[in-house]
Amino acid sequence: MTIASLIATPSELTDAASSKTAIVLMTRIRLARNLAGQPFPGWAKPAQRAKVAEICSAAVAAASPLKRSLNVAVDQLGELEKQILVERHLISRELSGSKQGSGVIISKDQTVSVMVNEEDHLRIQVLRAGFQLKKTWSVINELDTSLEAGLDFAFSPSLGYLTACPTNLGTGMRASAMMHLPALVISSQMEKVVRAVNQLGMVVRGLFGEGSDASGSIFQISNQTTLGESEEAILKRLASVLQSIIEHELNAREKLLEADAGKLFDKIGRAYGILQNGHLLNSGEAMNLLSLIRLGIDLGAFPCANRSTIDRLFIEAQPGHLQHAQKGEFDPAQRDLLRASHLRSEFASFVHPDFSLTNNGKN
Amino acid sequence: MACYVQVILRLMANPLKCDLCEKPATVHLTQIVNNKVHKVDLCEACAQAKGVTDPSGFSLSDLLLKASLNPETTISGAVCESCGFTQSDFKKHGRFGCPMCYDAFKGILEPMLEGMHKGTTHTGKVPQTALARISLYERLTKLELDLTDAIKTERYEDAARTRDEISQVKQASHQPPPR
Repeated sequence: MTIASLIATPSELTDAASSKTAIVLMTRIRLARNLAGQPFPGWAKPAQRAKVAEICSAAVAAASPLKRSLNVAVDQLGELEKQILVERHLISRELSGSKQGSGVIISKDQTVSVMVNEEDHLRIQVLRAGFQLKKTWSVINELDTSLEAGLDFAFSPSLGYLTACPTNLGTGMRASAMMHLPALVISSQMEKVVRAVNQLGMVVRGLFGEGSDASGSIFQISNQTTLGESEEAILKRLASVLQSIIEHELNAREKLLEADAGKLFDKIGRAYGILQNGHLLNSGEAMNLLSLIRLGIDLGAFPCANRSTIDRLFIEAQPGHLQHAQKGEFDPAQRDLLRASHLRSEFASFVHPDFSLTNNGKN
Repeated sequence: MACYVQVILRLMANPLKCDLCEKPATVHLTQIVNNKVHKVDLCEACAQAKGVTDPSGFSLSDLLLKASLNPETTISGAVCESCGFTQSDFKKHGRFGCPMCYDAFKGILEPMLEGMHKGTTHTGKVPQTALARISLYERLTKLELDLTDAIKTERYEDAARTRDEISQVKQASHQPPPR
């Protein structure tokens, strides 16, 4: 598979059929693995990096979920292509900026990606649309076991999988859910939620990881610790935290409707108006407007079938996807024009909101 | 147990100025370390320079981790014999050089893990291939000690038997692992 055909194929997140869940947009699990007896990528000499890359990418490409996948070295990718892969959560920003000897293998359906020579020799990732921790774990666990038959992983019986950074030691597992939490943001409860979640050993980040924008009311919640608990115990703990965040978000929606439904409908209605008629939209504003439309869908003001359109537009509004669609590189001001124009055309045929159908935030 | 949490939120149209320069702050960081709240507001450039936006995803843990390496309590001069990584390299990068570093820096690692994780012992998945390699390594080490001991005490028959056993084990280990 080539990078061009991969980009042209809808990803798990842009796939119209898969986006059915209201609050959890995506579940993602990654495992950090290293080869025994080899220096970690950040400390390895170029020849050592190259050797590890060769061993790893051959073994990974032979694994069954990665047959006929895209297998590419980072230095063979253009800037825009790397940006698109970052926006689809298929590679990290660290990998996109990395030196020779780094690469990525991405499955045809874009649910599995394995980064080679990122911070660790292997970063195995499986993502699924919706709230699917168990399914995602079973897929990645099976892939990891099949890789282990051919690769000798660095492992200590007492410390677990040995990783470049001790913060990933043990299971090497980071499980996360991408959540859409507009009511908690509107009612200024997000800071409180973040603090509570932190106290439970989970981390909250923006859409594109640490330091990234929290616009669009989209957050990633993941486990902070990796050692001292089994994978199943971590996932169980994460699932219960996610469940309680979902309940808080639903409560917040109900409270907003009870307190002042008109104010909330006004926000959603204005967002609809701007998306249909705006001529300049930066990605932050576009994300926030789309988030309000998505909330409108959850509340019943728009048909449920439109949720997948919004989830696709969340990604298409990102700078990489926008420039790729317009076949060129544009400065931020030009991008704002192009983004607004793309959204205008998408919303020209978007059904009008009907607030008489709202179901008080329950769906 | 040290408790730390991290929050980064970048909100739109936030009027705060960067703590380090006069530019508008876009990265707001709240850390709770040992129940004390620390707030920092940084502009994009300063955040980048301080490594706060490091996309690895865990740079904040690294920062905290580096801060926890109190120079007075660390054993200076530890070096990993396998890859040449030194303790000051670890302080600089917050990451290790190779898997063997976990043995070489055991002394500084253990207290750090207590504050960083739920526990200090792995209870999760165990890779069978790696386990077989580890037990093989332990078996060979023991046999080699036996051999040295037998030679030292002039038990030459034992030494010959042990030497044969070592070569048998080594030969068996060169066969590819079962799939």
